[in-house]
Amino acid sequence: MMSFLNKRNTTILLVVVAILVPLLTDNPYLLHIFSTAFIWTIGVYGLNLIGGFTGQLSLAHAGFFAIGAYSVGILTVKVGLNFWLALLLGIMITTIMGFLIGIIALRTKEHFFAIYTLCVGYIIYLVIYKWEGLTEGVRGLIGIPPPAPIGPITFQTPKSQYYLLLFFLVFTIFIFTRIINSLIGRTYMAIRNSEELAQTIGIETMKQKLVSFVLSTFFAGLAGGLYASFVRFIGPDISYINVTFDMLMYLLVGGIGTLSGPLVGTLLVVWISQYLQFLQDYRMLIFGPILVLLIIFYPRGIVGGVQTWLIKQRAKKSQKEISQNLQSVVVKEEK
Amino acid sequence: MDILFQQIFNALTIGSVYSLVALGLTLVYGILHIPNFAHGALYMVGGYITLLFMESMGIHYWLAIFISIIIVGLLGVVMERLVFHPLRNAPPIHDKIAAIGVLLFLEALVQLVWGAEYRRMLSPYDIVVDFLGLTVTAQRLLIIGTAIIAMILLHLFLKKTITGSAIIAMSQNREGAFLVGINANKVAMITFFISGALAAFASSIASPINLVFPGMGHLVILKAFVIIIIGGMGSIPGAIIGGYILGFSESLSATFISNDYKDLIAFILLVAILTIKPKGLFVKGAQS
Repeated sequence: MMSFLNKRNTTILLVVVAILVPLLTDNPYLLHIFSTAFIWTIGVYGLNLIGGFTGQLSLAHAGFFAIGAYSVGILTVKVGLNFWLALLLGIMITTIMGFLIGIIALRTKEHFFAIYTLCVGYIIYLVIYKWEGLTEGVRGLIGIPPPAPIGPITFQTPKSQYYLLLFFLVFTIFIFTRIINSLIGRTYMAIRNSEELAQTIGIETMKQKLVSFVLSTFFAGLAGGLYASFVRFIGPDISYINVTFDMLMYLLVGGIGTLSGPLVGTLLVVWISQYLQFLQDYRMLIFGPILVLLIIFYPRGIVGGVQTWLIKQRAKKSQKEISQNLQSVVVKEEK
Repeated sequence: MDILFQQIFNALTIGSVYSLVALGLTLVYGILHIPNFAHGALYMVGGYITLLFMESMGIHYWLAIFISIIIVGLLGVVMERLVFHPLRNAPPIHDKIAAIGVLLFLEALVQLVWGAEYRRMLSPYDIVVDFLGLTVTAQRLLIIGTAIIAMILLHLFLKKTITGSAIIAMSQNREGAFLVGINANKVAMITFFISGALAAFASSIASPINLVFPGMGHLVILKAFVIIIIGGMGSIPGAIIGGYILGFSESLSATFISNDYKDLIAFILLVAILTIKPKGLFVKGAQS
C-alpha cells in the first residue's frame, strides 16, 4: 500500500480525481467553491515561497493579489484588451511592483519586515480605495469579461472555468516544486534557517531574497488576475489586510514551509468555511483559536504534523527491526 | 492663523491617543520582543467595554473607563499566559502569526456580541468651551490632559517602584535581569496588564470624538507600529515623542495637503524612514 502511494502516484491520482470532479457532479455551486479554492491556493503558494521557505513573513500579499486583479480588471474593462494579454500584463505589473517594493522592504529584517509589508499592504489598499479615477474607488470594477476563448475552447461555463483554473493550479504547483527541489530552493531554506550563516557560505542573501519575493508576487499576481475574471467584480476589499490574514491562515492550517501545505490548507479551510456559512463573519471565532493552537502545538500545520508522525512511525519500525535482528543474533549465539 | 492653532490643538489630541497606544506596544516589545499585532484588538475591546457599561448599566463615564481598564488589562494577561508564554522559544514568525490569530478572534467575538454597526459613545464632556480663544470640545481638552497624566503616572511607576524597575531592567537586558533574580513571568504579566490598560484607556477617551466599531483598532495599531519605529522599538520616550510627531504631521497635512490622504502620511513616513534606516531610527547598538 505504502509503496503504491509514493509521491508520484499520489500526485497523478490527485490530478485524475480533480479532472473527474466536474464529470461526477453538475452542481455549479460545488464547482464554484473548488474554483475559488484553486485561485487562493495559487496565491498561498506565493506566500509560502517567501514566508515558509525564505522565512520572510510578508503581510502585503493581499495587496499584490489586488494589483494583479485590478491590472486585469482595468486593462480589460477600461482599455478593452484581450483577457490573456491583460493577464500577462497584469502579472508583469505585479512583479515589477514586487521588485520595486522588495528592493526596499527586504533591507529590513524580521519584525521590521512584517510591519513594513503590513504598511505597504495598507498603502495599496488606500490607493485603490481613494484613486477613484482609475479604480472606481469603493464602487469597484464591474463587468470584467470571462477569459477569452483560445481557438475553439471557450471559458463561459463553470466546468470550463474549473478546468482552466485547475490547469493554472497544476502549473503553479509544478513550478513551485521545481523551485523548491532545486539549488535555489535549498538556498532559500538556508536563508530561512540563518541569514548570517547563509551569507558566510557565500550566498548573496539580498539577491536571493529579492528573487524569492518577486516570484511570490508573481503567484499572487497570477491568482489576482484569475480572480478578477472568474468573479467578474472586484472591490477594494480584496486588498484589505484581512485577506492577507486569510491567506496566512490557509497556509498555516496546511503547513507553512511544506510543499503540499497551501493546497491542503486552502481546500480544507475553504470547505469548512462553506459549511460554516451561517457563521459568516464570525468564522474567525473558530479559526482564530485554531490558528493559535496550531502555532503552539503543530507549528508546521497538518502536512508538517503528518510528516513528523510518519517519520516517527518509520523510526519506531526500524528500531523494532533492529532490536528483533539483534535478538535473533543473540539467540543464535546462545545456541 | 486660527486654522493653524486649531490644527495644532487637534494634533495634540490625536497625538495623545497615539502615544498611549504606542506606549503599550513598545512596553511589550521591550520585554518580550514581540510585535503584538493583537494590540489593536485590545484597543477596540476597551472601547466596547466602556460603551457597554455606560449604555446598558448606566454607569458613569469615569467608572466605566476604570472597569474597562481592569478588564482589558486582565485580557492582556490572559493573552500572555495562553498564547505568548507557550511560544517564548519559538521562531519569531510564530508570535506574529499567533497574535494575528488572537486579533481575528477578538474582532469576530466583538462583532458577534455587539454587531458590526458603528456606535456613538456619549461622554458627559461633549460641550463646547472657549479655550485660549479657540472653540473646542471639552472632550478634546480632557484627552490631552488625562493622557499626559497617564504618561506621568506610568513614568513614576517605572522609575519609582521596584516592579517598574524590574520592567525597565528586563527591557534593557534580559539575561542581566534573570541574573539578579527578576521573575520573568511576573514581569511579562504585569507588562501585558499595563499594555492592555493603556489601550483601553486610550480608546475610552478617544471614542467620544470618533466612533466605536469592530475595525476601529486597525488603523490605530498600524500607526502605533509606525510610531514605535520612529521612536525606536522598545523606547518609552520614543513612543511618546513619536506619537506627537505623527499627530502633528497628520493633522497639518490634512489641512495643508489633502484630507483624503491623511491616513497615508503615517505609512509614507514609515516607508521613508525604513528606506533610509532599515533597522529603524534610534536602534540600540547592542541589539540586532
